[in-house]
Order: sequence, then structure tokens, then C-alpha cells
Amino acid sequence: MEFLLQPLTLLTFLPLVGVLVLLFVNAEQKTAIRWIAMVTSLITLAVSLWVFSMFDASNPDLQLEAKYPWIQVAGWNIYYYLAVDGLSILLVLLTAFLTPISILSTWKAVDERVKDFMIFFLLLEVGMTGVFLAQDLFLFYIFWEFTLVPMYFLIGIWGGPRRVYAAIKFFLYTMAGSILMLLAILFLGIKANTFNVPDLLVRLPDIYANGTIPAATQMLLFVAFTAAFAIKVPMWPLHSWLPDAHVEAPTAGSVILAGVLLKMGTYGFLRFNIPLFPDATIQAAPWIALLATIGIIYGAAVSYAQADVKKLVAYSSVSHLGFVMLGLFALNAEGVSGAILQMVNHGLSTGALFLLIGMIYEQTHTREIKVYGGLWKITPIFGTLMLIASLSSMGLPGLNGFVGEFTILLGAFGSKAIGNPWYAGLSALGVIMAAVYILYMFQKVFLGPAGEITHHHELKDLNWREILTVIPLVVFMFWIGLYPKPFFDILAPAVEKLLSALPL
Amino acid sequence: MTPPTNTDLYTILPYILLTAWTCLLLLVDLFIPKGRKSITAALAALGIAGALGFSVTQIGIEHPGFSGMVALDGFSTFANILLLVSGLFGIALAYGYTKRMDIERGEYYTLLLFSLTGMMLMAQANDLIIVFLALELLSIPLYVLSAIARKLNSEESGVKYFLLGAFASGFVVYGTALIFGATGSTNLSVIFAQAASSSTSSLLLTIGAALMLVGFGFKVAAVPFHMWTPDVYQGAPTSVTAFMAAGAKIAGFVALFRVFTTAFPTISSDMTGILWALSALTMIVGNLVAISQTNIKRMLAYSAIAHAGYILMAFVPYGNNAVAPTAIAAGMFYLVAYAISNFGSWGVVIALEKAEGKGLELDDYAGLAKKYPALAIAMTIFMLSLIGFPPTLGMVGKFYLFRSAMAGGFTGLALIGVVTSLLSAYYYLRVVVNMYMKEGDPEVEREPWLGLTTAITAIATVVVSLVPQFLFLLASTAVLR
Repeated sequence: MEFLLQPLTLLTFLPLVGVLVLLFVNAEQKTAIRWIAMVTSLITLAVSLWVFSMFDASNPDLQLEAKYPWIQVAGWNIYYYLAVDGLSILLVLLTAFLTPISILSTWKAVDERVKDFMIFFLLLEVGMTGVFLAQDLFLFYIFWEFTLVPMYFLIGIWGGPRRVYAAIKFFLYTMAGSILMLLAILFLGIKANTFNVPDLLVRLPDIYANGTIPAATQMLLFVAFTAAFAIKVPMWPLHSWLPDAHVEAPTAGSVILAGVLLKMGTYGFLRFNIPLFPDATIQAAPWIALLATIGIIYGAAVSYAQADVKKLVAYSSVSHLGFVMLGLFALNAEGVSGAILQMVNHGLSTGALFLLIGMIYEQTHTREIKVYGGLWKITPIFGTLMLIASLSSMGLPGLNGFVGEFTILLGAFGSKAIGNPWYAGLSALGVIMAAVYILYMFQKVFLGPAGEITHHHELKDLNWREILTVIPLVVFMFWIGLYPKPFFDILAPAVEKLLSALPL
Repeated sequence: MTPPTNTDLYTILPYILLTAWTCLLLLVDLFIPKGRKSITAALAALGIAGALGFSVTQIGIEHPGFSGMVALDGFSTFANILLLVSGLFGIALAYGYTKRMDIERGEYYTLLLFSLTGMMLMAQANDLIIVFLALELLSIPLYVLSAIARKLNSEESGVKYFLLGAFASGFVVYGTALIFGATGSTNLSVIFAQAASSSTSSLLLTIGAALMLVGFGFKVAAVPFHMWTPDVYQGAPTSVTAFMAAGAKIAGFVALFRVFTTAFPTISSDMTGILWALSALTMIVGNLVAISQTNIKRMLAYSAIAHAGYILMAFVPYGNNAVAPTAIAAGMFYLVAYAISNFGSWGVVIALEKAEGKGLELDDYAGLAKKYPALAIAMTIFMLSLIGFPPTLGMVGKFYLFRSAMAGGFTGLALIGVVTSLLSAYYYLRVVVNMYMKEGDPEVEREPWLGLTTAITAIATVVVSLVPQFLFLLASTAVLR
């Protein structure tokens, strides 16, 4: 039972305690239920900060390991193995940080089946944290697939009018990718006789060298993992589940979906694809860069065409995560660090946008851009926060988005792996296009003459709870935008270690 | 012919106990008044529990008995325990249901026990004659049980099962005859030894083995021998269906595993292709047809067909000595996962079923989560387990099956397996969608034994998936040869 007291075990499974408590609370006591969930997620946040305080940023290796033999019979070599390093620590913190914020945002928005909602939400947190911490492929796969279940319910029960369709599409789409990864995991497990990532990293070079896994097979394995992660990211052309899921999901679901779940895909590339299949990675880098660039341009262009604010932000995610992919497969220090930071940035800015959109939607029950207009005069606080989030999302210098995108482009320009500065050049266009669609949206909604909704509704500005929900995100937007060095310092040693293993 | 020794008797002790108990129960039941048949149920369960106790003490003991006619080994003990537990679940599900549906008769339980003895004998059979004996012993009571409701659809179910079952038994007998012709023996080990020597006609042997495969394929409901399954599952009383779906499938696979790995490794190169095709067809057809079902019993019937395909998939590389133990262990492990989820999901079906076959449409599950959250959670767990989704036993089991197929080099088959799992997610999730995302006002029967079965199976599905070590260990002792 010693493993229960490991910091990372605590961090991962603490929300389960909240779930257990919630199971015994009467479903009618909604306020109590909300507070239990809130307190649980705050304690989890505290534990994540405790973990962070023990984390040694100068150490590039896995830390705070909780490693115990799990299934060691019948030729299985499976460990319960959690650990954290510079690649994952920020994402772990982001998860712990966004969960209480999302729960706070549901205070008024979710009034039906609150108990079920909170249970699923806390279960989702367990899954997400587990994904970022698991160092054994079997364990990882369990967490990875498990996140689907609560999210499926969150969309399907508390979502919009087409929620059932969106939920099933989300589930099947994501599962389609993961089943290919499952086969690849089993294949690796059979060939290397381990599922544990550090051991695989030791054994695989020999296995590749002696031809047990030939180069073509390595490529197939790479593709199988890519299928799972690319759908999750989502990379163009596998993105079609995302707008549906985002538009139908309740606000808190959208925040977590954009903020954390999509990062599971990019994190997967970082943690598994690149180190496990180094030769295939280098071979595939130009192609991934091509898809990423198409995604950047395509996502931005389609965003511009949206009539629904939430859909606009959803498509902008396709564009932003294109940047992350471009940075990752630049395979140099700038690109990869920029990409990891951009994962966090996207969680902050898109999370804030979804939160704010949700707040106005609670009042008006519409997200059509054209019915708004002139909101700024009526709701200045809402307008200000929306402006900051928008500018952060489009990458204005001084805010977090700029730091990430700039570093990524810098990396992509000089990337040997991509080998063609044109991808970076075209992607830079995406930054400009982001300015176009974001400012277009902002102008239509907040400036100009009052639209029909603005006229007919007695719109209230944000209350204290709502402001409190967004403020923490805004603080980090400025912090990362103005002084990103501490964040890069956390990443640098681990990124360097990751890249030094590549035969570039 | 030497008289049986104590060791001989010991090898089949649980079987003897249960058979004697059942014969006794047949008599005792005559004195139990109508309306007090719960006593029969309790006595039947007691008999099973006793046999289960003896079976557990046989863990780790290996011994041939009756001059090699039967075998006691890790495999048979594992199967016996699984079958006996299935029998307990079968009685728990039947207890309230038969009362409610007005089909409570003492012979229900004795028939169930007789069928169970047949299944146990199948697990220990090491001779084709015993295999046939066991096959008939397990099947005939099931035919009667299917028709026990004496309603039109129940009788149709019984007759259909009987006719097709008899036909399948014919294949097994004919196969046995051909194999005897080829090798001069019905003993599995002798058949293997004879087949390994060059003088044997491998053509005759292969045809014989293929015919046996037809018979077993029928019992486990593999495509294209599955036609009876949806009709029989739908028409039979649901408690019978639940027992049949688990028990007959386990017995069929146990026979297939033992006969093929013991007697037919020499012709594995011929058999592998056939098994491959059977497995692929079963997974594809079972899952595809399940999608269009609107009746939960038919849907679960096609799901049962599909699961036969998954288990067959692991068994395809049975001729490969390095993989065969894994293949069998994976198959047995999955049978456990399947049996547990199976009884749980049929339990939920029974809870919602009304007289006259009402309450069996998928739409009848709408709104279940609001009114009966615990039942809905349990059903969700079973559905996830049948898809093969974590954190359930079905996921661990499928992991094991796919690994076995891939270790045998059948990555293509594993690919078919995962793709059809994706298909299956669609129809299993439809149940979940109805329960959680649609409005409705379902009525549920509350019965203590039913509730207990559902709770135990749901908890086991999740908990055992997190601590599966002991099951892995036990399954890996279930190795043949």
C-alpha cells in the first residue's frame, strides 16, 4: 500500500476521493455537491503544486517515480509506473489548474444532475492526469481510453441540441485512432518484452539495429501511434469531430476539451512517437510539417467563415494546434520548447475564450455573431476580459500566445528535420489570419451598433464569481507573455535530452 | 478393463458429486410442494457450491483418470470453477424471474444442473467418446430449458435449438468416426501419437477434425454456424438464455481447445486457415448484424456471436508451440471476462423485462439512469466491458487475446478484431445513450438475488481488471499438454 502515498499517485487519484464522497451525497443538495467537487479539485491543485515544489527543473530525467510491478505473470511485464519530467510537468499543472476553474464556471450553468456531472468531471481529471504521468504503455493506454468515457457523458448529457450525435462521434472517432495504437503497443510489447517506456528506450535501439523491427515496420508503428494522437490533436484532415464536440459540449467540457484533452494528442507525439521511433520521426517530419501547415491555414480560414462564436474558437484550435505540431516536428530546441509552451498557452487562451463565451451564452442562449454588436458599452468588464483572451489567442506581443508562436516559427525556420523554410513562412500567414478572424469576431460582437440581442436583452456584466473564474487565466497570459524564462527553464533540460537521442 | 480406482474417481470428483446430487434432487423435488420451489433452487445452489468447493481443492493437481478417458489438469479445474460459478449465477438470475414469469418448476433447476454436469465433463473429456457424451449431456437439458416457458416463441426456440443441435452433434459423431478410421483410436493423446507417425491418412484426419470443428462451432455460435443463436436467445426465457450464453459457449470452447491442442497439432497448418476465416467471419458478421438490432436480446445474441470470434482469434495460432499456451490462457481469461459481463448484462435485461416479452426493446431503456442510477451504472460497465474499454475486465481480456494473435503472427486478424471492436462500440453505446441521454420512464423489478448478481458482476468487472494478477496466474495454469 506504500504506492498510495507516492506524490504522483496521490495527485492522480485524489479526485477519486471526491467521487467516493459524492456517491453518498443526496443528489438534491446541489450546493454541497458543487463545494465537494470544488474542494477536491482545489486540494488536487495544491498537491500538484507540492509535486512541483519537489520537481527539480535542472534534471532532465523522469522524477518522483512511483514504480511498482503490476502484472508480472504469464509473460506480461507491466508496471504501475508514474513519473514526471520537464516535458509533462507543465501539462500536469495545467490540468490541475483548469479543473477547479471549469468547476467554478458550472456553478450556475449546470443545474441538472449536478451530482453526475461532478462525478464525471472528477473522473475525467483522474484520466487526464494519468495520461500525462503514465510511463508504462499499458497503464497509459488505460488512462488514455478512460478519458473518453466521462467526456462522452459530459457531452452527451449536458450538451447542446445535437449532443448525442456529437458524443458518439467523439467517442468513435477517438477510439478509431486508439485501437491502431493498441496494436502497435502490443507489437512493441511482444518484440521488446516490456511496456515500460524507459526500458523500451534502452532496448529499442538494439532491436532496430539488429533488424528485429525493420525500418518499414518502425514506420508502421509510428503511423499507428500517429493515428491515435493525430485524431486527438486534431490534425487536418482528421479534425471533423472537434467542431461538433466543442459546439455541443457544455462550457466546462469545452474548456477541458480544448485545454487539456487536445494536449494529450500533442503530448503523445512528444512522449512516445518521437523518442520511440526516432528514424521514422525524422523521415516523417516534413510530412507532418506539411499537414500542420495545411491545418494552420485551413483552421484559420474556416474560423473566419463561422457564424457561431464557439465554432469559430473551435476551428481556431485546429489552427493553433497546427503550430504545436509544426514546432514539435521541427525537432530542434526552439521548436519543441515553443510547442510545449504553446500547448499551455492554448489551454489558457482558448480556455478563457470558451469560459467567456459560455458566460454570455447563459444569458442570451445564442452564440450567433450577427445578433450581437455593441456589447462593449453594456458589459465593459466582459469586453475587457474577452479582448485580452482574444489578443492572447491571436498572438499579440506581450501576451503568452506570441511567445509560443514566435519560438515555434523560429524553430521551424531553422529546422533541419523539416528542411524547408517555406512551411514556417506559410505558417506565419496563419498568425496574420488569426488576427483577421479574431478581430473580425471581436468587432462584430463588441463594437459597432447594438445588435438585436444587445437591444432586447437586459444584459448584465460579469459577476464576481465569473470574474474570479477568468482572472487566474489572465494572470498567466501576462506572466508568460512578459517573462517566459522560468517556463522555458523548466522545459529546457528535458527537451535537450529528448533531442539528443535523435539521429539528426 | 480394470475397475475404477480411487484416483480415477478423484479426478472427476466434483462431477460425480454434482451428478449424484442432481439425481437426488430430482427425487427430492417430487416432495417439494408447488409454490415452494425456492427450496429446490436453494438445494441446487448448495450442490453447486459443494462441487465448487471440491473443485477449488483440485487447483494445481494434474492426473489422468479412467485409463486416459478423462483428465484432471489446470485447464479442467479452471473450466470447472468457471462453469460452477456460472451455474450459481444462472440459478440466481432464474430464482425471481421464473416466479415472476410463472414458469417456476422444480425441473428447471435439475435440468440446469444436468446441463452443468455435461459442461464439466466436457472440460475433463480426453476421449472423443466422452466429448460426445458430454456434448449430449449438456445440450439436451438446454433444449428442454429453452422450451420450458411453453409459450409459442419459447417452444419454437427449443425445437429450433434441438433440431440444429442434433444436426451439429451428427457432425461431431461423423468426425469422430473418420478420426477413428484414420488413427484407430478415440483417445486424444493416441490420436496425436498416431497422427505424428507417417502411416496415418492425414486427409481423413483433417476431414474428421473439420467436421468436429463444425460441431463445436455450432456450440460456440461461430459464423456460419450461428443461425440458431438470435432466435433461440430471443425465444428462450431470459434466465435460460443467460445461462446458455455463458455455459454452452464455455463448454464449446473448452472442447475445442482441448481436442485441437491435444489431438490435432500435426494438422494445424490445414486448420489454421479455417480457424482464421471462421474467426474473421464471426467477428465481422456478429458485430455488423448487431448494429441493426432493436431488441436487446437479439443484440446481445449477436454480441455473443461476435465474442466467439474474438476468442477464436486467439486460438488461431494453436499449432505454434511457443504461442499455444498463451492462446489457451488468453481464451480462458476472456471466457471469464465474457461470462461475468454476460451474466451482468442479462441480469439487467431480466430486471427490465415484463411479462409477454415486453420491456425488451432498446427504447425501453430510455431514462433508466435517472430512475435507477445504480442499475444504469452497472449496465454501462457491462457495455464498456463488452466493447473492451478500460477500466473493465473486458479490456484486459481483449488485450490478452490480441496479444496472443499478434504473437502468433496474425496481425491482420488482430486488425480485424480491433476494427470490429470499434463497430461494436456503436451498438453497445446505443444502450448507454438510451439510458443516460434520452427521457423515459422505465419500470424495474427489484429482486434481491438479481440485484446481488448484477452488483457482484459489475464490481468484479472493474475490480478484477485493476488487480487481475490472480486470474492471470490461474489462467496460465490452464495450459494443455
